[in-house]
Amino acid sequence: MMKAAVMTVSSQAGFDETSLVTQAREGDNLAFAGLVKRYEAKIFRLAQHITQNREDAEDVLQETFLKAYEHLDQFQGNSKFYTWVVRIAVNQALMKLRRRKADRSVSLDEDIDTGEDTVTREVAAWDEDPEQRFSREELGEILNSSVDSLAPAYRSVFVLRDVEDLSTEETAEALNISVPAVKSRLLRARLQLREKLTRYFKRKGDDTFAYL
Amino acid sequence: MLTCRDFLAELSDYLDERTDVELRAKLERHISECPNCWVIADTTKKTIRIYKGMEPVPIPQDVESRLMKALEQKMAGKPR
Repeated sequence: MMKAAVMTVSSQAGFDETSLVTQAREGDNLAFAGLVKRYEAKIFRLAQHITQNREDAEDVLQETFLKAYEHLDQFQGNSKFYTWVVRIAVNQALMKLRRRKADRSVSLDEDIDTGEDTVTREVAAWDEDPEQRFSREELGEILNSSVDSLAPAYRSVFVLRDVEDLSTEETAEALNISVPAVKSRLLRARLQLREKLTRYFKRKGDDTFAYL
Repeated sequence: MLTCRDFLAELSDYLDERTDVELRAKLERHISECPNCWVIADTTKKTIRIYKGMEPVPIPQDVESRLMKALEQKMAGKPR
């Protein structure tokens, strides 16, 4: 019964988030399903980036929306519903990650500043729209594998800030780290990614020159 | 006078347009005179733009149906 209804809701893609949330809080399951449809792809992507495991990501996806449903009355309404759901997803994903890597340390909380990682080793100019050299699939593969090769502490900050478009403050809250920590990790993540992508995106014929 | 290291330390805020006018002017002067930092700023800006523009792929059908099934069960068990 719900499936048919979900399809109806998903066709109202432009429907205002606030009204859906209000209706869901008043007990309208269809409205809640509409919110799930709206954000499921983003939450699944986020979970995959953090856990780096498809099975875990699917668990995170389910747990996130089940928890959101269960605790909807605790949603304050002073942040966006999406941000609230992201926070739940991040918590679930980090728990998975820690459990899976229990034998190795996952350095999300510790200071990983080596003092040297803002040093840039490869500098080469890119074309104006370098991503257009690649097919959608190739580009997706390049972008995902580059993000996934970052250390977890950098990866989670980058994904929340620059992929999911959360603010610095929202990212700090979701990851339970300070704003300065978000800023310094974001800078390093961006610089490291820039360097990784240079391999694919540098202007043809340009020689890389050493720097610093 | 800003060094390249000073410039890099401010790069994120510069690209996010979160610096004050005075600092911004200094940073822009630096990249107008330092080709390396100009390239780093330009390619980092493109890195961010490319990632922000990446739309999530729809979730696989089987994942979607398991999610909906779990949700239906939850809703049946605990009507709001």
